[in-house]
Amino acid sequence: MRKLLVLGAGTAGTMAVNKLRPRLDAAQWSITIVDQDDVHHYQPGYLFIPFGIYQPHEVTKPRHRFIPDGVDLVLGTIERVVPEDNKVLLADGRELGYDFLVIASGTSPRPDQTPGMADDMGGNVHEFYTLEGATRLAEKLKTWEGGKLVVQLTEMPIKCPVAPLEFTFLADAFFTEQGMRDRVEITYVTPLEGAFTKPVASRHLGGMLEERKIQLEPDFMVESVDAEARKLVSFDEREVPYDLLVTIPINMGADFVARSGLGDDLNYVPVDKETLLSTAYDNIFAVGDASNIPASKAGSVAHFAMDLFPDNFLRHVQGLPMTEKFDGHANCFIESGHGKGLLIDFNYDTEPLPGKYPLPGVGPFSLLKETELNHWGKLMFRWMYWNLLLPGKELPLPALMSMAGKQVEELS
Amino acid sequence: MPVTTMNGHEVHVDDEGFLTQYDEWTEELAKTLAANIGIDLTDRHWEIIRFLRADYAKQGETATTRRVDTVGGFPTKEQFQLFPKKPAKKMAYIAGLPKPHGCV
Repeated sequence: MRKLLVLGAGTAGTMAVNKLRPRLDAAQWSITIVDQDDVHHYQPGYLFIPFGIYQPHEVTKPRHRFIPDGVDLVLGTIERVVPEDNKVLLADGRELGYDFLVIASGTSPRPDQTPGMADDMGGNVHEFYTLEGATRLAEKLKTWEGGKLVVQLTEMPIKCPVAPLEFTFLADAFFTEQGMRDRVEITYVTPLEGAFTKPVASRHLGGMLEERKIQLEPDFMVESVDAEARKLVSFDEREVPYDLLVTIPINMGADFVARSGLGDDLNYVPVDKETLLSTAYDNIFAVGDASNIPASKAGSVAHFAMDLFPDNFLRHVQGLPMTEKFDGHANCFIESGHGKGLLIDFNYDTEPLPGKYPLPGVGPFSLLKETELNHWGKLMFRWMYWNLLLPGKELPLPALMSMAGKQVEELS
Repeated sequence: MPVTTMNGHEVHVDDEGFLTQYDEWTEELAKTLAANIGIDLTDRHWEIIRFLRADYAKQGETATTRRVDTVGGFPTKEQFQLFPKKPAKKMAYIAGLPKPHGCV
């Protein structure tokens, strides 16, 4: 009996077992998946909680409902992996052996990594990258009377890199609808040179900040948060004062990855970016946000990668070369407020460009352009996530990115 | 890829002027690149640049400011003092390495 062990029953890990179980002979393969609790979070939903658009109970379901028959779900805290012995130790002393290991333990916000950031968390400092944080922020916004709102991105890479901008657009719309936009000064603080990483999207999105009278503070690498004086301080000694800080803390992979000697300086597992096989061990893969591939940390990357992963895995365990090559494909809806949204589609080499998706010239979705349909696409996606994506069903979208339907703009 | 002439040698650069061929870089060239962006190279600058070159040779990608701090041992604060405003970009430019990818 060969053993496949998956660490993490989030988006990527759950998809992995759903796709692999039917294709691995039950008489020859056991599959076990480990997580610390039985609550699966629909993380894209966190964004809507601070504004009362979603309620906290709408974004969670029990994990075990999405784990297929023939897969053991083990609840426990992972202490570390011992790759030399092909085993995983749990904090309570249990040991799990494996022939092949898939690390799918994701990434998490770590406010403790920036001096002062955690001091006033829940007071005048908030975050929305956890359900708890997003729920607290919803409470705060119900009674906040206005002042300086600063949305601040600490360091790339972060999970869902468009979410900080979406939060900012939704905040602008929220305060406008509350009739208090004139009492709120919004500043977007980022370590990047502009609103976003890549030039064409950065220009479009930067223009959207300007239209909404949102100040942009680029190239701001935060050194500390002074919770007492309510200001952000950068390494080059600039200061940004706030009344309400919504921070996106640095994101890091799971601590057990570091304890196991499997991580880079942010606890991400170094892998081959086309096959997701560990560069250190021939029987360890890392999928989803847990790996160091130079792509977005996003469910959509996990999804497109997972379309190719099972074929590669099945070949690899038979000693055959892996033939599918992941290109870093991702697409994301970007909420822009007032019932509209944008969509971007890109990969390792191609930045987000305007056009139509998925059908060239037809859409129905428009790339890098605000439309109502994009907003509905985003809302519909929650249903698709629970009912199609996690169970590993086919979505009618190609895994690899296509240039068809995209307009290549000249950069000025 | 555009080709430009620096110090009498033809070198390959991208559209922002970053060298694209690891082996076309020389210490002489680094001085010219540094001068282009108004930086006078001290011993400490050189230590960082040598770390970046060696790290790139091993890792195949340009170290981030975090890595220059945690692995190289050069505090982020000091990187900002030596390469003002945009240390990651300026260090890569002078060291003849690709801009560290700001992951999308």
